[in-house]
Amino acid sequence: MNTKTVISAKDLSLTFQTNDGQVQALKDVSLDINQGDFVSFIGPSGCGKTTFLRVMADLETPTAGNITVNGKTPEAARRARGYGYVFQAAGLYPWRTIGGNISLPLEVMGYDKATRADRVRHVLDLVELSGFEKKFPWQLSGGMQQRASIARALAFDADLLLMDEPFGALDEIVRDHLNEQLLQLWMRTNKTICFVTHSIPEAVYLSTKIVVMSPRPGRITDVIDSPLPKERPLEIRDSAQFIEIAHRVRAGLRAGHGDLA
Amino acid sequence: MIQRLWQRVAPVLSMVAALIVLWYGAAIWLNTHWAEDKAQRAGVTLTTAALIADTWSQEKPKLPAPHQVAHEIWKTTALKKITSKRSLIHHSKITLSSTLLGFALGTVLGITLAVGIVYNRTMDMSVMPWVIASQTIPILAVAPMIIVVLNAVGISGLLPKAIISMYLSFFPVVVGMVKGLRSPDHMQLDQMRTWNAGGGQTLWYLRLPASMPYLFTSLKIAMAASLVGAVVGELPTGAVAGLGARLLAGSYYGQTIQIWSALIMAAMLAALLVGLIGVLQRITLKHMGMA
Repeated sequence: MNTKTVISAKDLSLTFQTNDGQVQALKDVSLDINQGDFVSFIGPSGCGKTTFLRVMADLETPTAGNITVNGKTPEAARRARGYGYVFQAAGLYPWRTIGGNISLPLEVMGYDKATRADRVRHVLDLVELSGFEKKFPWQLSGGMQQRASIARALAFDADLLLMDEPFGALDEIVRDHLNEQLLQLWMRTNKTICFVTHSIPEAVYLSTKIVVMSPRPGRITDVIDSPLPKERPLEIRDSAQFIEIAHRVRAGLRAGHGDLA
Repeated sequence: MIQRLWQRVAPVLSMVAALIVLWYGAAIWLNTHWAEDKAQRAGVTLTTAALIADTWSQEKPKLPAPHQVAHEIWKTTALKKITSKRSLIHHSKITLSSTLLGFALGTVLGITLAVGIVYNRTMDMSVMPWVIASQTIPILAVAPMIIVVLNAVGISGLLPKAIISMYLSFFPVVVGMVKGLRSPDHMQLDQMRTWNAGGGQTLWYLRLPASMPYLFTSLKIAMAASLVGAVVGELPTGAVAGLGARLLAGSYYGQTIQIWSALIMAAMLAALLVGLIGVLQRITLKHMGMA
């Protein structure tokens, strides 16, 4: 059933021109992501995981290779509002209420008022923030703000969700809770999620596919299809299977680091 | 409540009191010479008390004492009909109207230029040096030429003075708004891009609201500059009317008390206008959840 390819990258390369010369952020990256996949990108900083996500979102342009998003170029996918993007920081506008912030992309996209109100209520419910619609961002905790920013990315109902270390700045307890919530949300909505992280447990716990990357040049060193069931209580992290996958991810990361040691 | 009010007012009041004491002291110091001259010519020797009393009550003192200025202001506001040419209210209204018109024009021009600078690369590279150059020319040199040129094309009255006000007031608005419109960070701009927002939408939803704190700060400076422009603009018109005219007429006839009362009036007007913007700022930012 999950055979539709959402993202297809072939021999993707991206070189940045900096003052210190060229930096190869991505080199010959090939990857297919299917509808309904939860894909984590993990690796040390400089491995190009965020750059790869930004290429999918048409925020960076690759210097070589091909990539399609929903069968289109990333630019066409962006113009068709084919994805929702969650940044590292919540980035809520301080002058808008939570409801106003979530309604913002809908206003930009020209949805009418009644539809906006409907959608806002629906996604606030999805991220369990019902009742906070009229609050201003500063009245919410960091975790709640990040949930609101996820709701904002969900508001226009794109099938693809791109998340760039969305929980990186949060403490571990809040993070566990949000991971659980994100999994439930993913199961309920059957969206395709690309998730950048540098936490091994987070990647293993969330993903159906783990993409291990390494730096200089940024490349994929291992792709692990997780055998874990879709239903994942937090305790699954103590299972032998979970630990085995985590070991493989760590080995992949260490292999990529070999040239540094 | 009363105590909290007092805590806010007390520092202001003690500052004002200190200034007034200094002012009276300076009046004694600067006017003594004239008082002694008069006494010498009359052949009398003044006691200290008489000397001080004289320095505070001369007709054309070098520095009038505060109560003399206060009395003059009272005489030319409360005790004169508003329509009278000698009413300071009448002159203030004339200065106020060109201040406000110039301020409005300057704000519109400033915001327009700032939007152009932020959105248009050519303007970004070329406009700012001209904007800065425009402010390095002394306004006193430019003002008569603006009046003469506009008069030659048949424009006179309020507009030329307002244009001089605009000339001074658009500058802080341009500088502040360029900074304000550029205050959103990369992430916020990328985010707009992911929603495929157009330039106009990014301006309306993100850049303009983000620039509000900068705008109000600029507006306060612009308002004060606009008042200066209006006063300066009244000088080359032959000192017909307005606070600037009162200043000029006062200096022609050595009427220092009149000069000082016009100065104080202009200062109070500026304080009132800047205070109004402050109130507007607090209301707006509070409404926006930013204060």
